[in-house]
Amino acid sequence: MTEVLVIGSGPAGLAAACAARALGRRVVLLDASDYVGGQYWRHLPPERPARREAVLHHGWSRFQAMSQALERDPLCEIVTSAHVWAIDAGRVHVMVGEADGAGREARTYAAAAVVFATGAFDRALPIPGWDLPGVFTAGGAQALAKGERVAVGQRVVVAGSGPFLLPVASSLVQAGSTVVGVYEASHLAHLARQWTARPWQLLATPAKLLELAHYASVHVKNRIPYATGRAVTAIHGGQRVESVTISAIDETWRPIPGGDVVVAADAVCLGHGFTPRVELPIAAGCRLDARRFVQVDEHQRTSVAAFYAAGEITGIGGVDLSLSEGTIAGHMAAGGHLEDRALRDARARRDALRSFAERLERAHRIGENWTDWLSDETIVCRCEEVSVGRLRSVAETSRSSGLRSLKLQSRAGLGACQGRMCGRSVETILAAAAPGGHLIDESTTDRRPIATPIRLAELAFGNDKSVEK
Amino acid sequence: MDVTIVDRGPAAGGTSAAGEGNLLVSDKGPGAELELAKYSLDLWRSLVGSLEDELGSAFAPVEYDPKGGVVAASSASDAEALFRFAEAQRGVGVDARTLSVAEALALEPELSPAIAAAVFYPHDAQVQPAVASEALLASARAAGTRVLTGTAITGALRDSGGRLIGVTTTNGSISADDVVVAAGPWSGDVARLLGGVLHVGPRKGLLLVTTRMAHRVLHKVYDTSYVGAVQSDSSALQTSSVIESTAAGTVLIGSSRQDVGFDDRIDVAVLRAIAANAIRLMPFLADAMVMRAYGGFRPFSRDHLPIIGPDLDVPGLWYATGHEGAGIGLAPATAELLTALLLGEPTSIAVEAFLPGRASLVGTA
Ligand SMILES: Cc1cc2nc3c(=O)[nH]c(=O)nc-3n(C[C@H](O)[C@H](O)[C@H](O)COP(=O)(O)OP(=O)(O)OC[C@H]3O[C@@H](n4cnc5c(N)ncnc54)[C@H](O)[C@@H]3O)c2cc1C
Ligand SMILES: Cc1cc2nc3c(=O)[nH]c(=O)nc-3n(C[C@H](O)[C@H](O)[C@H](O)COP(=O)(O)OP(=O)(O)OC[C@H]3O[C@@H](n4cnc5c(N)ncnc54)[C@H](O)[C@@H]3O)c2cc1C
Repeated sequence: MTEVLVIGSGPAGLAAACAARALGRRVVLLDASDYVGGQYWRHLPPERPARREAVLHHGWSRFQAMSQALERDPLCEIVTSAHVWAIDAGRVHVMVGEADGAGREARTYAAAAVVFATGAFDRALPIPGWDLPGVFTAGGAQALAKGERVAVGQRVVVAGSGPFLLPVASSLVQAGSTVVGVYEASHLAHLARQWTARPWQLLATPAKLLELAHYASVHVKNRIPYATGRAVTAIHGGQRVESVTISAIDETWRPIPGGDVVVAADAVCLGHGFTPRVELPIAAGCRLDARRFVQVDEHQRTSVAAFYAAGEITGIGGVDLSLSEGTIAGHMAAGGHLEDRALRDARARRDALRSFAERLERAHRIGENWTDWLSDETIVCRCEEVSVGRLRSVAETSRSSGLRSLKLQSRAGLGACQGRMCGRSVETILAAAAPGGHLIDESTTDRRPIATPIRLAELAFGNDKSVEK
Repeated sequence: MDVTIVDRGPAAGGTSAAGEGNLLVSDKGPGAELELAKYSLDLWRSLVGSLEDELGSAFAPVEYDPKGGVVAASSASDAEALFRFAEAQRGVGVDARTLSVAEALALEPELSPAIAAAVFYPHDAQVQPAVASEALLASARAAGTRVLTGTAITGALRDSGGRLIGVTTTNGSISADDVVVAAGPWSGDVARLLGGVLHVGPRKGLLLVTTRMAHRVLHKVYDTSYVGAVQSDSSALQTSSVIESTAAGTVLIGSSRQDVGFDDRIDVAVLRAIAANAIRLMPFLADAMVMRAYGGFRPFSRDHLPIIGPDLDVPGLWYATGHEGAGIGLAPATAELLTALLLGEPTSIAVEAFLPGRASLVGTA
């Protein structure tokens, strides 16, 4: 039987698979995309190799070492295009093949231990005009630049909050775009406070500093303007993006009167933090923490026995943290001990990077008054075309404080993406409009028992004959 | 009457937001529940109009759709049973129209041509159950009802003689002449807190939701096992097909019945059975994309009939629960019966079969 099943082959999943193999366990590594590597090591397909891949990716040699070792290893089965769509009673249900292709193969795995490493996707706040063609999430734009070598526009504005805006801008430049500017919503003073509150902790993460220095130098070389305390608060255009309003904002992200300028651009990349992909852990019964990431202990164990989690589903902290967490999760899932020598490095790095990550998160936290950017016409849920005004109106007329009821009344989050894009913004807007300013049900938009859509016939006839016992 | 509604969660956060909103006569054989359903469907018809007038167009639409239902039998013997069932229903005034296969396909073109026969029930209808609940609540509010959400019942308030004179809650106590337990599958627990004995259990049901598509399911479509399941006592997993399109263009595919307590995890084997049944009935659904599964717990009583009326032993304690898979459809008639009983007025239809003290509920352990 499979001894360790790893879901997700980004940095965390690859590291987990390697660590479990190092203890001699049979490993199955599943990923929905066509290639291993995850969000970070997105690259051209092997049949179209790029000479500069190593330049485009930090830690490219580490990636190659891990992925090649696993690919050569007969006791590690790597399954790409493997969409894990459900988990029940410890069984992992997978459809293998192109997402909308016919003839996908149904598989069901039962493993002694499971490592969740499904990562996070970047969030874009609903801004007036964000539904125009030419608006991308920062991650989406970066994926196009890295994985397809496609530039999303000629004059591109990058806006949002978080350290990953810098690498996105540099990927865009490398793909041939002119980056008009990078607008970081957090204030410089605020950033400085969080980044240097404990300078000795930065010393523990020199790799991160080098990386940031690298991005800073790319910025300088390309003269990309970088401004803090600024946000794109409206996007304009007829058929597609033509210009954006950039506002000076206060620390709560409320626009400062008189602080608007309009800048011409043909594409906008937005990244306002991240949303972890937690539907599978939730389906398995794993608890989330207060920030709504998967709760793990020192062993990277979730609240459910035999389920581990690593990488960005447990918190945002970048590649190195994901790698260390993955190593620990894979080792523990394989029956290792926390005190084992093999984990010494990974533990030290994880602990140092985690506090770095917590500071990053505090520094780049979404300001509560971002909702001031909205107008009643702004569409929040794009699948069902639900506007801010509609959300406010159902809350007002029904005086409901239940998320489920309000979603059913407005249809927000009930469309094809099931609230992946808009869920948390919908929650914020509804909570503000509900009596008492908050929602009282326990449900959140994170619960999606069917993690990726599945054809009815696949569901009906993908019986469990392939269960490994 | 001066009314206060207390709910530990938000409004419409229990079973009423976790199922479908079918308002059916088709699935009920002659008897008290069918009479309640017929009456309740009449009430719904007039209620939706008055709710819309009262609440205005800003309120979310209740999505009342009197589209009618088609029940299809898949074998000759099922067809025979279905026709007998329909015949008996016609005997008590239900409009149940026997259809040949060709007629059924003309009415519902995507039905499998392999069906043996069908019956059309023009009076079957549907609402969006969560919105309908909110609309009823908004109307009650406008009429002066106090609504305390996020407030759980924790026990009874009693006078020195031990008589029930209200409830204690997580937000203080509330005095009342009468206390009505309408806590869905949790009604037994709430009754116990108030000194009553009520057997209502959870019967789990799961549903699938597809992505939006062009309207190809024109009526409600069921197979005949639905008729059997509703009246069944078996605690084993049962699935029967109930297929309907919603105003938004998604298709809801139900459903299962399973006695597993309040275990809310999604069981893939159950989803597979639901999917297989649906494809048998409407083969085009094979290519539909399922984007969600959800479900809840139907509040069921031992004899599978609603429990409406006073507790036998505790003066001032009343019940309106146990509607199992028909609580949306039966809601308006239940409210009317209960109100009449509370006021000591005659009821518009016979209530004996629903009284908490009926023989089929008491006695057996
Ligand atoms: C725009 C952007 C820029 C970034 N820049 C940097 C940077 O410069 N430096 C840095 O340190 N970090 C950067 N990061 C963060 C870095 O990408 C992450 O830290 C890292 O990728 C997280 O690794 P992970 O293994 O947790 O998840 P991911 O790399 O996201 O991998 C998760 C994998 O899980 C798979 N998956 C998800 N759900 C399923 C499912 N249901 N079935 C099967 N497979 C599934 C996905 O296909 C994916 O391959 C950036 C992130 C973004 C979005
Ligand atoms: C899958 C499925 C499909 C269904 N399909 C249909 C259908 O098509 N047509 C139909 O008519 N019916 C259908 N039903 C059944 C219908 O949903 C129920 O009969 C109905 O919703 C029951 O309503 P209720 O008000 O009795 O209970 P609920 O809606 O469950 O409300 C009970 C309330 O009591 C509250 N409560 C519990 N304990 C306490 C406490 N201690 N203090 C305060 N409050 C408390 C809860 O928070 C809850 O809000 C279906 C059910 C399921 C599960």
